[in-house]
Amino acid sequence: MFVRLVYESFRRQKRSKLLAGAAIALGVTVATAMIAVATDVGDKINRELRSYGANLVVTPQDDTLDVQIAGINLKPPSDGAYLDEADLPKIKGMFWRNNIVGFAPVLPVTVTVNKGTAKNVTLVGTYFAKRLRFGNENFVTGVRTTYPLWKVQGSWPDDDSRDVLIGEQLAAALRAKPGAKINIEGENLQVTGILSTGSTEDNEIVAPLSLAQQMLGKPGVVRKVYVSALTKPEDAFARRDPKTLSPDMYDRWYCSPYAQSIAFQLQEAIPHSHAEQIRQVAQTEGTILTRIKGLMLLVTLAALFASALAVSAAMATTVFERRREVGLMKALGAGGLAVASFFFAEAALLALLGGAAGFAGGSFLAYHAGRWIFDSPINIQPVLLPLILIIAVIVTFAGSATAILRAVKFDPVYALRGEG
Amino acid sequence: MTKPLPGGRAGAQHTSMFFRMLVRAAILRRGRAASALLAMIVAATVTTALLNLFVDVQSKLRREFRNYGANVVVIAKDGKTLPPDALAKVEATVGRDPRAKQSVAVPFAYVVARTSNDQPVVVAGTDLSAVRKLNNWWSVTAWPKQPEEALLGVRASAIVNPQGKSFDLTFHGRTIHLTPAGTVGTGADEDSRIYVSLSDFEAWTGVRASTIEVDVSGPPADVNATIARLAQVLPDADVRPVRQIVEAEARVLGKTRATLLAACILVIATAALCVLATLTGWVLDRRRDFAIMKALGASQRFISGFFAAEAAFLGALGALLGFGFGIGIAAWIGRTNFHAPVMPRFELFPIVLLGCILIALVSAIAPISALRRVQPAMILKGE
Repeated sequence: MFVRLVYESFRRQKRSKLLAGAAIALGVTVATAMIAVATDVGDKINRELRSYGANLVVTPQDDTLDVQIAGINLKPPSDGAYLDEADLPKIKGMFWRNNIVGFAPVLPVTVTVNKGTAKNVTLVGTYFAKRLRFGNENFVTGVRTTYPLWKVQGSWPDDDSRDVLIGEQLAAALRAKPGAKINIEGENLQVTGILSTGSTEDNEIVAPLSLAQQMLGKPGVVRKVYVSALTKPEDAFARRDPKTLSPDMYDRWYCSPYAQSIAFQLQEAIPHSHAEQIRQVAQTEGTILTRIKGLMLLVTLAALFASALAVSAAMATTVFERRREVGLMKALGAGGLAVASFFFAEAALLALLGGAAGFAGGSFLAYHAGRWIFDSPINIQPVLLPLILIIAVIVTFAGSATAILRAVKFDPVYALRGEG
Repeated sequence: MTKPLPGGRAGAQHTSMFFRMLVRAAILRRGRAASALLAMIVAATVTTALLNLFVDVQSKLRREFRNYGANVVVIAKDGKTLPPDALAKVEATVGRDPRAKQSVAVPFAYVVARTSNDQPVVVAGTDLSAVRKLNNWWSVTAWPKQPEEALLGVRASAIVNPQGKSFDLTFHGRTIHLTPAGTVGTGADEDSRIYVSLSDFEAWTGVRASTIEVDVSGPPADVNATIARLAQVLPDADVRPVRQIVEAEARVLGKTRATLLAACILVIATAALCVLATLTGWVLDRRRDFAIMKALGASQRFISGFFAAEAAFLGALGALLGFGFGIGIAAWIGRTNFHAPVMPRFELFPIVLLGCILIALVSAIAPISALRRVQPAMILKGE
């Protein structure tokens, strides 16, 4: 009898059920989309912040001082220690390898450029988009990943070629154009493009790493490695010295993607190295990430609140409109409990149907919002479906509870006469 | 009521009747009226809070982005130094913009000096208190306070002065005796340098500043205008934006705003639909009032006017209360998240008010026109 009542109610009052279900579905859509965005926006913004450039740098452990002003190296080129290029792919074997967006080695060499008069300039050897292999994994890394804002007029050189890029200010001084030849250390090299970075590279020549190694006469060496990693904002725990931590705490520290613990792991991966965060980038991005995540969380709370109210309002209206029905049921001898459970069962059914539809709608919305804003979709975990359904049922119950209780208490005589 | 009696008194009576009906309707059925008003208030609150945040968040975030440090550099051409009045000119130019109050300009001068055991090291002279403001990512153990105190980069400190005692530096045969005050760690070039105050530096080396790093706050258009003005007053220098900082900021800010905009549209649409549903229900619920009025001879225009006035009043009241709450919520979000209150944007009030009234009118007029063709007798009979 109870099941038939509920079934008939859905069959006969299609329009009113559809309205209430639509309201729930809409509320759940908004809630799902906002939860998806709020959980994923941190990761998305973190990736956007990577356009600020590398946030970690690996240097040789026993390095001498850099004597460098505005990108011009004033130190004898033979001076200083180096890292081994062969160790670099090991970065992709670290615990947090998936958080490494990319890395680029640098090897600065002072070279003589002959263009009418001889001129000393810095040539930096690096990877542009180098194919590397670690274990079974192939990956591509270089400055094009670590510095996405570098602009090249012309084309990027190939990593295995002997072609070079010239910084825009140097190019203006040398009157070099893409496609021209340039005489470096007595050798005529092809200039594939003019590089603009807004930084010291504008006054330098950027070349494939092997070329710089050859000019330095030291095959297989690099001076520094710039690493771009997705990190978690620093907190008090991150700043602890790993040597003083208890084993449990150490594991927790090691397995959190703090800039510090990733630097620590880089040091482990590359022998005789010292890794450090580039504080200008690493510290600031932590603050900004915290702010944006906090903002989205609060907006999500506002959205959840608004959608809960929308669902409650819709439910209250539908129940209120059915006082006559309640009156009839009570006049026929139904107890308060029976009437209330009938309405709650109906509400639960509506919440489940509307919630499922809303979850699908919300996932769709989040997916496309992600594609639109960040060029990569925002996916919601299917694990969240039961959670969202439970929330939908609770909110629907809460929204209809007052209306149902009032309807149950109402005198059937007045209700049937249409007063009240 | 269909034909108002001639004469002023009758007109006044007509009006007073209209208002009495409005007020009594609200008082007698306060339950339904209250729930409709509540929906209106919530919608207005959420809309106000989000719009206020959306308008204000740009400047709030921009301030956070300024933590990346200088976004404009002024560099002397061809390795020369800047004229002595360059800093004053930069400050005057940047400071001319009243919105750019937090802008900081910091001069830097560099030489390569030698330590007592002939190790070359880069020494920089700068305005240390301004650097502290500009580059707050510098991890400094203690800032120099006295003259002839130096701030040592962590790597420079390990090589030049491992014991932490005072030391000598020589440049072109002239020696300065410095006391280390603390170390600075940044993970970049600064780690290999020694920083002293610009006055000590100039007295010792006679070399003037060659670089001024400027932190210009404001939207990209303002920054570009400032760069153009700086280039005009300092024709001998290169004035360049730090592209990495400027472009990355624009990118992240744009994405954040787009996300917030999408969220705002979604939430405001939900709130509007919630109001629409509640108010339509409320008006439909009162079809008996409608029928009685019509049976007593009220014109369609009068009834529409009555319900429209009621809805508009509800919308206006909801907008007013909701606007107050919304501003409060926006301020609270600003304080908890950005540690600075979000300024109330009163210019948003007309938008919120208009939106509320509009949506109230739509949700009142739509059911009324639907009921228009129904005979009052049918409604009164309860069919």
